[in-house]
Amino acid sequence: MEMIKELLIQLFEILIYPGLLFLFVAALLADWIDRKLYARMQNRQGPPWYQPLADFVKLISKETIIPKHAVGKHLFRVLPYLAISAVVVCIFFIPISGSLALMSFQGDLIAAAYLLSIPTMCFFLIGWTSSSPYSAVGAMRVLTQFFAYEVPMILVLIGPAIVAGSWRIEDIAYYYSANPSMMFVNILGFIVALITMQGKLERVPFDIPHAETEIVGGVFTEYSGKLYGFIKLAISIEMIVVAALFNAVFMGGSLGLEGFLGFLLFCFKVLIIILISAIIRSAMARVRIEQMINFCWRVLVPIAMLQLIISIIARAFHG
Amino acid sequence: MPKITVPLGPQHPALKEPGNFMLLLEGEEIVDATLRLGYNHRGIEKAAEARNFVQATYLIERVCGICSHSHATCYVTNVENIAGLEIPQRAKAIRVVIGELERIHSHLLWLGVAAHEIGFDTLFMYSWRDREYVMDALEALSGNRVHYSMNTIGGVRRDISKEAHEDILKKLDILEERTNYYIHLATQEPTLHARTKGVGALPKEEAIRRDACGPLLRASGVARDVRKDDPYLIYDQLDFKVITSDACDVFGRLYVRVFEILESIKILRQVLSNLPEGPFAVKTPFKIPAGESVTRYEAPRGEDIHYVKADGGPNPARVKVRAPTLANFESVSYMLTGDQLADAPLIIAAIDPCFSCTDRATIVASGKQSVQSLKDLRTYGIEFYKKKGIDFTKVK
Repeated sequence: MEMIKELLIQLFEILIYPGLLFLFVAALLADWIDRKLYARMQNRQGPPWYQPLADFVKLISKETIIPKHAVGKHLFRVLPYLAISAVVVCIFFIPISGSLALMSFQGDLIAAAYLLSIPTMCFFLIGWTSSSPYSAVGAMRVLTQFFAYEVPMILVLIGPAIVAGSWRIEDIAYYYSANPSMMFVNILGFIVALITMQGKLERVPFDIPHAETEIVGGVFTEYSGKLYGFIKLAISIEMIVVAALFNAVFMGGSLGLEGFLGFLLFCFKVLIIILISAIIRSAMARVRIEQMINFCWRVLVPIAMLQLIISIIARAFHG
Repeated sequence: MPKITVPLGPQHPALKEPGNFMLLLEGEEIVDATLRLGYNHRGIEKAAEARNFVQATYLIERVCGICSHSHATCYVTNVENIAGLEIPQRAKAIRVVIGELERIHSHLLWLGVAAHEIGFDTLFMYSWRDREYVMDALEALSGNRVHYSMNTIGGVRRDISKEAHEDILKKLDILEERTNYYIHLATQEPTLHARTKGVGALPKEEAIRRDACGPLLRASGVARDVRKDDPYLIYDQLDFKVITSDACDVFGRLYVRVFEILESIKILRQVLSNLPEGPFAVKTPFKIPAGESVTRYEAPRGEDIHYVKADGGPNPARVKVRAPTLANFESVSYMLTGDQLADAPLIIAAIDPCFSCTDRATIVASGKQSVQSLKDLRTYGIEFYKKKGIDFTKVK
């Protein structure tokens, strides 16, 4: 009896909250809020709330066309699901409504960062298997961009871990909930993280891998129907997961609140991150790939290094 | 790194009309660009010969959807020259008003398209929203938003009413404020600078050698503008500057176009403040005598040239249209080579191309009575340009 109950709880956690269903709803909502904010900033009306859901339903009901020249037809089919499962697994390490995550072990910060890089790798492979000139250029750009933003992003994620003295996301969130003033130590790192998030989610000014006016759909040019729907969903879920990770690492997680209040706080903070992302997106033009690399390595990496030094000093004084 | 050929067009999100650019890439750098046109040939010149002079006015207006007034004015002036008509001052002023409003509308449209090419969609939405003011003004004047149909042989078809007059002046104030905002934006926004400065370089000598025209030429530092050099209508009585830039890149083209909006507003205020009194059209003559005429007109995209030949019959014997885009195409492959793939759409957009205006096919060699085949013409054209030091062997 006990075992069945445990099993049911686990199933609930994986399938409903904070697993698949929650992520699905949250991703669609986040997508809508982002599009609506972006539209209002551009003086447009914007889509109704059910638009992302309608888009998703439309895409999955369409025929999937696999190009004749695709190099790995099985790979072509499997990669979108691989991308989506990697980001869904990632949410299990991150505390959402309370102070506890579903799974937690020492070093899960690194595991989360690793899981978040799997979609990017999938997108590269997607472009490579499609064997279309646009996808090929897009795939090159995905990989080049990955090396540009990933380093500063990982560097700034290390900062809070040093201050909190743990590699567990749960512990980091707990530490900042207990010492909220220490959050200001990582303010530089948080800014860098928000900028690199634009690269991770491939949004303006770093939407270079699928710059529509240059390379049509980029890596996703050959994708259609269900598979494309899942790619879109994976990107939306990734936005939620990245926002949740930043919330836990930089913004102190639930700040000691539990249950429904904690959940509300989580939603509020994710909304703030989406808002900042939408502002960046609407205020800028797309940069070129080499400009992005220059910016990431010459500006963001030194700032991230400085942040590391600040974190180490703060740890020495506080810890 | 292996070289990849990436096709840009004929169907491509960056192009609003069909045209094809085969870009040979080495990594992200364009090593070679081949141009292919002719996807949108509509046979307008031939169709004009099958209509009478008045009907052809409305056909010629449809050469272009953006500079419709430019083409129509250019054609109508030709017919008036052949018929020896002197059109009233008020008609000339009204043609200038529509022409300058059209220039503002075209430049704002271009600003939006160029912003979209570099992924700056907010600027795209803003400039197209502000463009609505000009569209509304044009609609108030002519009743139409795109094809104004204001021209007729001997003048214009509608007068400017008192209310429309005040309404336009009010809209011009808003537009001036918005244009100043765009100037501020263009000089302040770092990503816009990063994407436009040093992109698509076209030095002054190269621009002259390749017969560039319009804002493209003026952005390469050559002050050439038909309105100043060979004034038509009432431009010789107006006070305005020819905007040039020595930047020789996309930023220069942006600069020239945005400041030209301000100049157009200045011109419009001058014309509207002392609009000549009197009739706005003279009677269209029943018969156009035999004769021929060539007119130049400064369209928003550059110099527009029309040729009309009349043989005394009811229809024009020959109408020839040289749209400004054709003159600017020669510079595109030069500007593309050596730049990044990411800049290709912007470089193409920076000449403000209009593919369907450009596509013409029938050419009869002068002096010879026979019609030349396309192959002979091609060889002739390539030889002609080789003498000027430009190789078009690869253009198909």
